[in-house]
Amino acid sequence: MNAFAVHFSFDFRTGIRNRTLLLMNYLFPLGFFLMMGFIMPDLNPSFLPMMIPAMVVFAVLAATLLGLPEPLVNAREAGVFRSYKINGVSSPSILVIPALTTALHLVIVATIITASAPLLFDAPLPVNWAAFVLTFIAIAVASGGISVLIGVISADSRIQVLWSQLIFLPSMLLGGMMIPYADLPAAAGRFARLLPATHAMNAFNALAMGGLADFDPWGSVISLLASGILGFGLAVYLFTWDSHNTERRGHPALALLALVPFAVMMLG
Amino acid sequence: MTASVIDVVDFRKSYGDFVAVDGISFEVRQGEIFGLLGPNGAGKTSTLESLEGLRAPDGGSLRVAGIDPVRESRKLRDVIGVQLQTAGLPDSITPSESMKLFCAYRGVAPRIDLLERLGLREKLGAQYHELSGGQQRRLALALAVAHDPDVLFLDEPTAGLDVASRVELHDLMSEMRAAGTTIILATHDMAEAEEMSDRVAILLKGRIATVGTPREITAAGGGLTKVSVRTQGTSLSDLESRFPAVIREVREGNYSTFFSNNIGPTVAAIIAHVETNDDLLVDLRVERPSLEERFLEITDSASMKADQ
Repeated sequence: MNAFAVHFSFDFRTGIRNRTLLLMNYLFPLGFFLMMGFIMPDLNPSFLPMMIPAMVVFAVLAATLLGLPEPLVNAREAGVFRSYKINGVSSPSILVIPALTTALHLVIVATIITASAPLLFDAPLPVNWAAFVLTFIAIAVASGGISVLIGVISADSRIQVLWSQLIFLPSMLLGGMMIPYADLPAAAGRFARLLPATHAMNAFNALAMGGLADFDPWGSVISLLASGILGFGLAVYLFTWDSHNTERRGHPALALLALVPFAVMMLG
Repeated sequence: MTASVIDVVDFRKSYGDFVAVDGISFEVRQGEIFGLLGPNGAGKTSTLESLEGLRAPDGGSLRVAGIDPVRESRKLRDVIGVQLQTAGLPDSITPSESMKLFCAYRGVAPRIDLLERLGLREKLGAQYHELSGGQQRRLALALAVAHDPDVLFLDEPTAGLDVASRVELHDLMSEMRAAGTTIILATHDMAEAEEMSDRVAILLKGRIATVGTPREITAAGGGLTKVSVRTQGTSLSDLESRFPAVIREVREGNYSTFFSNNIGPTVAAIIAHVETNDDLLVDLRVERPSLEERFLEITDSASMKADQ
């Protein structure tokens, strides 16, 4: 096996061995899915058509925003990256491989949700599977890129939690998973366009589930992919090997550039 | 003369206003174990980490096997092995996995035999956070040498090791030296430095206070050789400075101890005195000044100068 395969294999196992990652990758999203499935359709019948995309987006946000950055911060603080550097592991490998293994965990979780939601809760399946897969990839790339970037720029785990929650909590409230975008007040709706979850729900709804678009769905897909690519690129650029040696190539505020594609969508 | 593998010329490193290393120069020859000694904050780790490519120097020039550690860091990885003073591995990784991972990145076959040799046979499947501090250091050492590096950097390698592991490490270092590997050893353990190093440099406040073989460094100091003698009778019980070159003498249990600055005449005179007095020599021990004593002499002298 080559280095990438060995590293990927180890990191994938870590996603199951590590209790926090196991919780964020599987237990939290699937538990939340079951809870929402039993409660929400009775409280809000309009939730059912969007149940599969909403729970998939929730799983992506939990596994990435809540699961990816913390191990990066902890590893840097514990000197793991220094060990990696002296043993020839490159910074792109350190950043991209955890995102890829998380994506693989997410494929498993998304498959479980998509397969079981119709059986358990009578939720409708996507009408366009290609668009469903494309949107899943787009939100996984965006959320993965932003999460890795948060892990890179956060000086410690407390700041990392703040940054992660700054995106996760508004996404839960305004991202279209609990309340449809169309029902949001105008100002809240405009702000919501800064969030990756809003664009994912818009694209899932319009392109995969046969619903109506709240705004340009292809613009949403493109902005998600662009934000994710920017996020990974900036993470590699701003990466530091060592919490004691804080020399980096650019100011951490450059990380905000990853939100530019969503800002364009918000202003557009 | 053997070619130099590490060349440090006027190397400087600062952190803000604090000057950690202030223009040091030295070279390390191929197949040599070179000890880097100094109190905390002397600049040892800054020097090592700059040679390892982990920190960028502020001035001067560094070369490791002809490679610039900053500009050619990728090339450097192939020729060096490093056991860092402070480094970690992911909590959930096992020794076996870490060996496979890093060997895969280096493009060499995993050396599980090294883990077994360093006493980790029973821990191959244990997660990193389950290993003791000593086991973690042995794992770091195995990972550092798994690819047979040309240059090996060891930063406090025996800290936290038990006696058996320490002996195993020293055997491994000797084998690697015999095979032509150049080793830089940063340590606080003077006995280890004296036993293992071909040459040592003592760093003080970012400068080299002295460099040479342990014997040269100890000989250059004002240290006295200790001669401990035990006799059957009482010929030495009257303590007066009657032997040549003896500066001080004390009675320690059954032994009379003489501190001499010229060991030859002192020992000859003691033996002659015992024989002349019809006494019998039971034991005679000569201990030359240790590197530790010389190190303390140098650091004390530097502290006194700083206080004045």
